[in-house]
Formats: sequence, C-alpha cells, structure tokens
Amino acid sequence: MGEEELKVLGAWGSPFSRRVEIALELKGVPFQYIEENVFDEKLKSPLLLKCNPVHRKVPVLLHDGKPVVESLIILEYIDETWKNNPILPPDPHRRAQARFWAHFIDHKCMPPVWTALLGSVEEREKAVEEVRECLKTLEGVLDGNRFFGGETIGLVDIAANFIAYWLRAIQEVSGLDFMNEDQLPLLTKWCEEFVSCNVVKEHLPPRDKLITFMKNWLSANGWSWTD
Amino acid sequence: MAGHGNGNGEEVKLLGIWFSPYVRRVVWALELKGIDYEWVELSFRDPKNRSRSLLEHNPVLKRVPVLVHRGRPVVESLVIVEYIDETWRNNPVLPLDPYERAVARFWANFVDQKITEVLIKLLSLTDKTQMEEEAKQASKALEIVDRELKAKGKKFFGGETIGLVDIALSIVTNWMEAIEEVLDVRIFDSRTHPLIAQWKTNFVEFVRHNLPPKDGLLRFYRRYHQSKIASVAPSRL
Repeated sequence: MGEEELKVLGAWGSPFSRRVEIALELKGVPFQYIEENVFDEKLKSPLLLKCNPVHRKVPVLLHDGKPVVESLIILEYIDETWKNNPILPPDPHRRAQARFWAHFIDHKCMPPVWTALLGSVEEREKAVEEVRECLKTLEGVLDGNRFFGGETIGLVDIAANFIAYWLRAIQEVSGLDFMNEDQLPLLTKWCEEFVSCNVVKEHLPPRDKLITFMKNWLSANGWSWTD
Repeated sequence: MAGHGNGNGEEVKLLGIWFSPYVRRVVWALELKGIDYEWVELSFRDPKNRSRSLLEHNPVLKRVPVLVHRGRPVVESLVIVEYIDETWRNNPVLPLDPYERAVARFWANFVDQKITEVLIKLLSLTDKTQMEEEAKQASKALEIVDRELKAKGKKFFGGETIGLVDIALSIVTNWMEAIEEVLDVRIFDSRTHPLIAQWKTNFVEFVRHNLPPKDGLLRFYRRYHQSKIASVAPSRL
C-alpha cells in the first residue's frame, strides 16, 4: 500500500502537459490522466479551476491533493520528489545552465513561432528569422552530445519537446521554413533521437490529429496558404 | 558585502548596473549568505567595455546580472539566486520541501510576469490610455499577491527572513514608486494592498535600505521615458 495519489490535468495537444507525462514516465511513476478542454472557458473542469485559479491552465500535477502548476516548475518538483533517473545534474553550475536553456526555449524560441503565424505581415518575416536564430543557438548548445542532458534526456530535452515535434508539424502545415536540416544537422538528429525515446514516444499527440487540428486552427486565425 | 571577491575562499564577481532591479536581487542573495564578492559596474557610459564584458559572459542575452563564480558565468536573476542557494547552503532562500519550493517558484514567476515586466514595459509606452490599462492589470495582480501574503500569515513570503518571492517582489519598493511618479500612474495603493504596504516597510528594513536611491531612479527613468516619447513624436521643423 502507500500508493500516493497522482493526477495530471492535461490537454492532448499541449506540449506543456506532455512534458509532465514524459518526466513521470522517466521516473516510472504511475498517474491518472485527466483530459481538460482548454479552449472553452465554460468547459474547464471545476477541478482545474480549483487547482489553478490564477492562470486556469494545464498542466496541473496533483500530488496527494496538492496542486503544482507550470510545466517547468512541475518538472523540478518531480525531479526533487522522485530521485531516480534525474533530469537535472547534481552540479549547481550545470543545473543553472539547464534552467537557463529551458527558459530560453519557452521565452525566446516559442513566442516568435506564434508571431510568425499570427502576427502582422511586417512582424512575420522578422519572427521567422528570430526562430531560426534560436534554433541555431540550440544547435551550438548540443555541442555534439546526443541529448542536451548528455547521454540521457534531461530538463532541456523535455522542455524542447515543442521543437522536436510540434514545430515540425507547424512547418509542414504552414509551409514556413523554421528548421533547415542542412544548416542544423545536430538539432535535426536530436529531434529524431528524442521522439524515438521510449519515455517520449507514448507521450506525443497522434500526428494526423495534430496536423488536422493545426490546419483548422490556422484557417480560423486567418492564415492563407497562397505562397 | 562587495569586497575583494573572496567568496569565502572562492572568486565571486557580480557584473551589474546600479539601477537594475534584477541585479539587486543577486546582491541581496549574496549578502544574506555573507558571501564576499567583487562588484563590476557595467555602465552605459562605457559602452565598448560594457559590450565586450557582456559578449564574453552572456553572449546569448547580453544583459546583466552576470554572476561569475570560479570563472564560470551564471545568468538570469532568479536562476542566479537558485544557483547561490544551492552553492552556499546557509540562510536558504528557498524552502527545503519540494512542494513549498514549487509554490515559491510559482509566485516568483507570477510577480515577474504580471508586475515586474509590466512596470518595465510601462516606461516604453507613450500612449496614456494603454499605460493606464497596463497599470490597472498590474494593480490587480498585486491584489492577488496581497491576498496570498495574507493567507501566508508571516512577515515575508520566506517566513521570518526574505525568500525567493520576496526577492522578486522587491520591485514594488523604490522602483515602482519612481515609475509611478515619472509616469503619473497608480499601481500600489495602501488601501487595496494593505499587507504589501506593511511588507514594503519590513523588506526595506531587512535589506538595510540597500536599494538604488529613489531620486537617482527618478532622474534615470524620467530621461529614459522622455527618450521614448521623443522617438515617436513627429519631427518639428
């Protein structure tokens, strides 16, 4: 006995909630998954609103009734609570570097992707260039390692799930060229390695479903494919 | 205490600038732990030297603060504070319990996203209506923080001493006051934010007034804001 109650409130298409799933899988910790409707405020569950009253977003990790929110914070909580297969190294300087790159992915790499899709015509070209610069930087960070975490996946790899899977789907649907495989050989290889990992592949949204969703979402947001 | 940078036996340097709220956070963390460090002011008045230093130590984001410990740089204020906490274990800034740590990180992020970043953004705005709308949002966010502090029932978010959240919340002291005055907007109100009002007094006392002087901030922010207005104003012949 003594099985702790662990729930994950997530959304099938969210890279953020998938990060939490990957981390729990890596630690071999069983959990109950609850799918939330994140697009309709009225359809958000009472549990979600109770656990994350401030932001009303997924993912939420509920551990013995206590909510932890925000994917990177949840990842650190998971790492501190279950000590096997660590996702952060023991050395403080390397931990600081990992945290820096995880935040870089969320705050520098991702926002311009949305601008490239939703921004004004003037903003789009600049945004695509910004994404390319970020990816080039990440190529340098890999520095010949198999993963950002070294030989096994770590915090930065998990945070970069968006790049490995969602960004490539966005490229395919939009026709925008964010990631040039010739210019980013290490990152391209990393994407393939990452999505093939046992702990990752169960926790990626089904490709067709994601592509269809993105096509609809782009259309709804005024995207035109006349290029 | 900024000194020879012995770091209690190790080389510790902090690259910063006097007015930056982000840099000051690192100062408090170092002082709380009694770490001897060398302060290096990267002034805008010496742009070549500043550029060179930043390019060397923070090539990706090119900004302060940068903590250099044993020759290795650490950047981003909250990342640096956590690094300091993990390297020097006395007077911890984060709680030991993983859940409490997650809560602290959440509120520190909330403060930065909804208050600190908004304040800084305000200085670049020239449209008064937009400014007031953003200020209103920041004030609402501060109400949420006020409620949280009330629920906590302690002097600081860190308990009897300052913790990660208090360090982030420091923005509401001299910086917010100066920005409110320069832009003539209201965010903090002692009636709407009664616990924050008390917290401010306690915080300033705890850090022994180690804050950039308000009149210096007023002058600096006034100049900065004027330059933004000038860059959008139609040219007059």
